[in-house]
Amino acid sequence: MMTNLGGRVTQGQFSFLPDLTDVQITAQVKYALGKGWALGIEYTDDPHPRNTYWEMFGNPMFDMKDPAGILKEVNNCRKTFPNHYIRVTAFSAVRGVESVTMSYIVNRPKNEPGFRLERHETDGRTMRYTIHPYATDKPEGERY
Amino acid sequence: MPDTPSAALSVAAAAAAAQFLPDDTAVDLDAAFRDSQIQAVLDKLDRELIGLQPVKTRIRETAALLLVDRLRKSMGLNSGAPSLHMCFTGNPGTGKTTVALRMAEILHHLGYVRQGHMVAVTRDDLVGQYIGHTAPKTREVLKKAMGGVLFIDEAYYLYKPENERDYGAESIEILLQIMENNRDDLVVILAGYKDRMDRFFESNPGMSSRIAHHVDFPDYGVGELACIAQLMLEKSQYRFSPEAEKVFGQYLARRMTQPHFANARSVRNALDRLRLRQANRLFASRGQRLTVGDLSTIEAEDILASRVFAEP
Repeated sequence: MMTNLGGRVTQGQFSFLPDLTDVQITAQVKYALGKGWALGIEYTDDPHPRNTYWEMFGNPMFDMKDPAGILKEVNNCRKTFPNHYIRVTAFSAVRGVESVTMSYIVNRPKNEPGFRLERHETDGRTMRYTIHPYATDKPEGERY
Repeated sequence: MPDTPSAALSVAAAAAAAQFLPDDTAVDLDAAFRDSQIQAVLDKLDRELIGLQPVKTRIRETAALLLVDRLRKSMGLNSGAPSLHMCFTGNPGTGKTTVALRMAEILHHLGYVRQGHMVAVTRDDLVGQYIGHTAPKTREVLKKAMGGVLFIDEAYYLYKPENERDYGAESIEILLQIMENNRDDLVVILAGYKDRMDRFFESNPGMSSRIAHHVDFPDYGVGELACIAQLMLEKSQYRFSPEAEKVFGQYLARRMTQPHFANARSVRNALDRLRLRQANRLFASRGQRLTVGDLSTIEAEDILASRVFAEP
């Protein structure tokens, strides 16, 4: 990860920027609410990029009018999981199914050890490569 | 009206930045008033709500206080965030819900709630059925109400003194916490009958001390109810014949003495029944020539057929 020194996980929107402040999160939430999208909060401690489905922190929030309630929930989640990855996801129902339209990380562990490259020798001399998060060597809940 | 913040306010803000203001600095209350578009809402209140003089006075006062508070803030004077939680008491059908809706609008124009929507709930929406169900339910409702007004109808049902293990108390606790900590996020309005609300506050001193504004809704008089009926009819494009108007007055006078009289709500129900009878009458007189006027006129006989007149 030469372009991402420090091993910061870069998933979703804004992940190459410095961490969003509460004011910036509120502004993003406001934008989503203005579009009529529902917002959900999800967390995980498995930073692998193919780990798409994170745990939901409560149900997605429908019928909300104001970002204050969602920010409150984000802070609740941060209090419960201070050392997990937490993301806010916006769902649009325009296509008849709730499909993800926005997703950005709002909380990350203090120390992100990053990933190592794993080489796997298969048939013949073929090499297969994969990445492996150092964090997942420990059991769930003790990773960060 | 302009949407941009008034020049007066921005000048004031600039002055506040200077941190020192002589006592005789001019303050443009008029401009602030115009910009808040509060007059339009108050006019609408006057136009669409008949009677309720004490309530209107109270709302006017509250609006004035909020406006002056905002001005003080813009001048750098100390203005603690006012506690805006309210309690509306009055008999059924006296317009508590309607006024609460208007209140949300007024507070929105004054910038005290961000969205100006109203979430109306009752005990069912707040209190769960089993242990651990209440808190998430209440929080969910509170989250939805953020940025607006939470209207709790018949709030006294939240607390049931005869049942010690009732979950209502848990809901009240969460409510109190949010009312205190998120004062600038939402305004809570409790509504209910006067005597029951009084008893509710007696047993929940924490709640009563957090509610600054108690507004009592008086019952309507016959004249006011007649005006309300006129307004409702106009809205649905009906009208009384001159005779029917007189008879309706008598109807109201009789109906008011009967049990279960619910002010404006009873009037609305009465009008619905009148329309039913009118339609029936028109239907019975098939074959005769009908005019548009006939379709929208309610005659005296429609009213006289009511059971109210049947009793001595």
